[in-house]
Amino acid sequence: MHAENEILFRDSAAKALLDPQLRANFRRAMDGLITKRKAQFPDPRDLQDLRDLSTAIRSRSLLNLPSLLEQFEAQATRNGIQVHWAETCDQANELILGILRSKGAKTLVKGKSMVSEEMHLNDFLEKHGIEALESDLGEYIIQLDGETPSHIIMPAIHKNKDQIARQFSQKIKDAKYTEDVDELTAMARKVLRQKFLEADAGLSGVNFAVAETGTLCLVENEGNGRMSTHVPPLHIAVMGLEKVVATLEDVAPLYSILTRSATGQPVTTYFNLITAPRGAGEKDGPQEIHLVILDNGRSNIYADPQLQATLRCIRCGACMNHCPVYTRVGGHAYEAVYPGPIGKILTPQVEGVGVRHDLLHGSSLCGACGEVCPVQIPIPEILVRLRREATHQDPGSQVVGKGTGRTSSEDWAWRLWAMANKRPGLYRIITWFATRFGKALPAGAPLIKDWTRTRTKPVPAHRTLNERVRAKGVPHV
Amino acid sequence: MSDARTAILGRLRASSQVGPLPDLDTAVLERRHWPISERAERLRKGMEAVHTEFLDATPADWPGVLRAFCDREGFKNLLFGPTSEAGSILAADWPAGGTQLMPYDRPVEAFKDELFTGVDAGFTGTVGGVAETGGLLLMPGPAEPRLLSLVPPIHIAMLKASTIHDTFWAAIKALGWGRALPPNALMISGPSKTADIEQTLAYGVHGPKRLIVVLVNDLA
Amino acid sequence: MKEVYFYATCLVDLFFPDAGMAGIELLQAAGVRVIFPEGQTCCGQPAYNCGYWEEARDVARGQIALFPKDIPVILPSGSCAGMMKNHYPELFHGQPEEAQVRAFSSRVFELTQFLVNELDVKLQDLGEPVKVTWHSSCHAVRDLGLVGEPKQLIAQLSKVELAPLTREHECCGFGGTFSVRQPEISGAMSCDKAADAEATGASVVLSTDGGCLLNVNGTLEAKKSPLRVQHIAEFLWERTRAR
Ligand code: SF4
Repeated sequence: MHAENEILFRDSAAKALLDPQLRANFRRAMDGLITKRKAQFPDPRDLQDLRDLSTAIRSRSLLNLPSLLEQFEAQATRNGIQVHWAETCDQANELILGILRSKGAKTLVKGKSMVSEEMHLNDFLEKHGIEALESDLGEYIIQLDGETPSHIIMPAIHKNKDQIARQFSQKIKDAKYTEDVDELTAMARKVLRQKFLEADAGLSGVNFAVAETGTLCLVENEGNGRMSTHVPPLHIAVMGLEKVVATLEDVAPLYSILTRSATGQPVTTYFNLITAPRGAGEKDGPQEIHLVILDNGRSNIYADPQLQATLRCIRCGACMNHCPVYTRVGGHAYEAVYPGPIGKILTPQVEGVGVRHDLLHGSSLCGACGEVCPVQIPIPEILVRLRREATHQDPGSQVVGKGTGRTSSEDWAWRLWAMANKRPGLYRIITWFATRFGKALPAGAPLIKDWTRTRTKPVPAHRTLNERVRAKGVPHV
Repeated sequence: MSDARTAILGRLRASSQVGPLPDLDTAVLERRHWPISERAERLRKGMEAVHTEFLDATPADWPGVLRAFCDREGFKNLLFGPTSEAGSILAADWPAGGTQLMPYDRPVEAFKDELFTGVDAGFTGTVGGVAETGGLLLMPGPAEPRLLSLVPPIHIAMLKASTIHDTFWAAIKALGWGRALPPNALMISGPSKTADIEQTLAYGVHGPKRLIVVLVNDLA
Repeated sequence: MKEVYFYATCLVDLFFPDAGMAGIELLQAAGVRVIFPEGQTCCGQPAYNCGYWEEARDVARGQIALFPKDIPVILPSGSCAGMMKNHYPELFHGQPEEAQVRAFSSRVFELTQFLVNELDVKLQDLGEPVKVTWHSSCHAVRDLGLVGEPKQLIAQLSKVELAPLTREHECCGFGGTFSVRQPEISGAMSCDKAADAEATGASVVLSTDGGCLLNVNGTLEAKKSPLRVQHIAEFLWERTRAR
């Protein structure tokens, strides 16, 4: 049953499991986040009502998506925001490079943006001679080490204080070694404020885009988002095309459930609504705002009524915080931009269900993700659906790479399974043998070998229940 | 890149599903309601939990309360918007000596370095507050530039108790932000903070290290 | 006299027949006539979860046919009950037999659900004092929607002390094929669950589901732990049966 393409996640997860420091870092962090989220929702009815409302808002937005995008674009353009569209990450990168070049910009400070991670924008810009500096503290920490985020909202969550202290003392000029979090934060502040001051351009993501007003909403605690978008003369924002909602009123409940689900905060330090560049009489703010709307597979996901729910995601990270697999292996093991449960359903839909079959089976389908998701994305059901897509070529399906994860060994396994379970006579013979000789199965037999890595061999009972009830005379009609 | 636009919208349109839109039941938001007399206290509790400091004042004495605070802290200057409503009241009788009022009346390009390194505190008014979670609503613009509440290491904001709304949702509706948003609008709940190092809270990472609210009780 | 069907599920059939027998006897003790149709195999969940829906449907079709009468179908498993109750209608969506399948699904109950909500059983504890712990099966809770029924039954037993797990609702790592497709992660989860259970000081781990029990038991045995697992049905029957 192990196709080659299932090995990727299994291997990197196995490696991660051997790192006790990493496991301790994640477990501690996730436990904290779970507790804090719980404290924010003391009343189960309020929570469910808010989830229902949030789900309805996101579903409505998606049902109206093309119209809302057009309305948003028209309004934003009227406000003075320049809107661009990109079908692929390459196109989006080129667009951004073009904008920066046209302004002669050489340095870019970045607020946190997962879409820019999706685009691998930093590498792309570096290659073209433009410095792209992450300014979110977590992103800054991992950029110093050339790493990628291990969590969508807490990118450096895999690192502990000592690791960061060592890293800062080596990589920041004139920095001394300290494990004091306030001092470490102050060091980063000093470096980054200078960068904000000097940068030619700033880049940000977008949490919500409001169609009726043409507004970009940014949620943050640090203020680096505001710095990146308001200090440099040029602001470039990037967003996935699913981010648009109809009205500003729609944003309020989404924002509320986002911060509470994500980090257990009732509210973030800043909620920043950007509607226009520097206007007449204004003394600051960017002279120009550009927005790049990225597709990168989203319109294809949109085409499927069930899979469309994937696009409801508001990137709160609650699904990973509550995931027993993520908690143990951390974000890097997924080898994907978006880790955890949302990554498991999103990545295969973008990269192909066959090549990322590994992610689809990296779940026990325990359902903890769907239980906490603020917009009630049925992640386990979507996983099952995508497992189906990976192994079958259903007509009408538009899923990328459908059927390419099929292997003849798995095929045969299920065919034999069905044969045995469809024919009670055959099932009876097999279970008869299992009860009499199951003990004798070699520990090295396929499946048993994997099962017994951490467990004893399962031993069937002496008689099956089918046999026992017959002997007992339990009526069968 | 209008090709991309056409292609993307075309694909979305082609697969747009028709169907009834789900209803939006906002009862859960409407349930969040406090009498006006209790809102200031609730806001204060929420904001103090994230290290915001409060100064109590009346409509008549708030400039004096603010001035006394600046003197106590030993600020050499306070950046403000001279043409804003709160700013003009403040400037009207700001005693000479001690903390100097510094008007933000030029384009930022003219004094960017000074703004980043030579300002002790920034002062703004607010257009309202949010009781549920604690939060100040700001509408930067020509009279109160955007960076006033961001770049100086200390942000002082004046809030009138009568302008505190129940929730952010209620405030958006009351302020009419959905109809015509200013170029920039903000909700601020505390000083800048981060928990990116081992989930340990640290204040003052990029934005202000302290947020001081001059809470004006105008409900009498 | 009230009549019900009993559906063994393949794991109980092969690994926990005592639990199955106990379930039947608990129902009988409550005055219910229990019918155990012949020809029972598997509900089809493993194939369904892996995307092999035709195979799952073929098997499910045969199983549904075993329960023609309009009476409840009782399962000693939250996971398989969830499959039959909630996933069968999806599996047969758009198929000619959809309506018939939906009617069947509406008759499906997990055993403790039925004992508490439909029969309102009152148990009398005849056993020695004992400390137990409870592992809630993910599918029983999140798929089927089992709330507190098993614990309500345990609470009726006067000499049983329930010591909760620190992470009662965390997956034990079984997950069907997950346990062999991702043995390292599954193993790590199982070891954590076993350690959690050991730390409670209980002498037995109870659950509604054979999968979880098989997994936790194998892990405890591999650790040479004295702790053992038991299906809730078997435990309840042992405690209440007059000797
Ligand atoms: S899938 Fe749900 S829980 Fe996960 S990040 Fe998205 S919104 Fe949050």
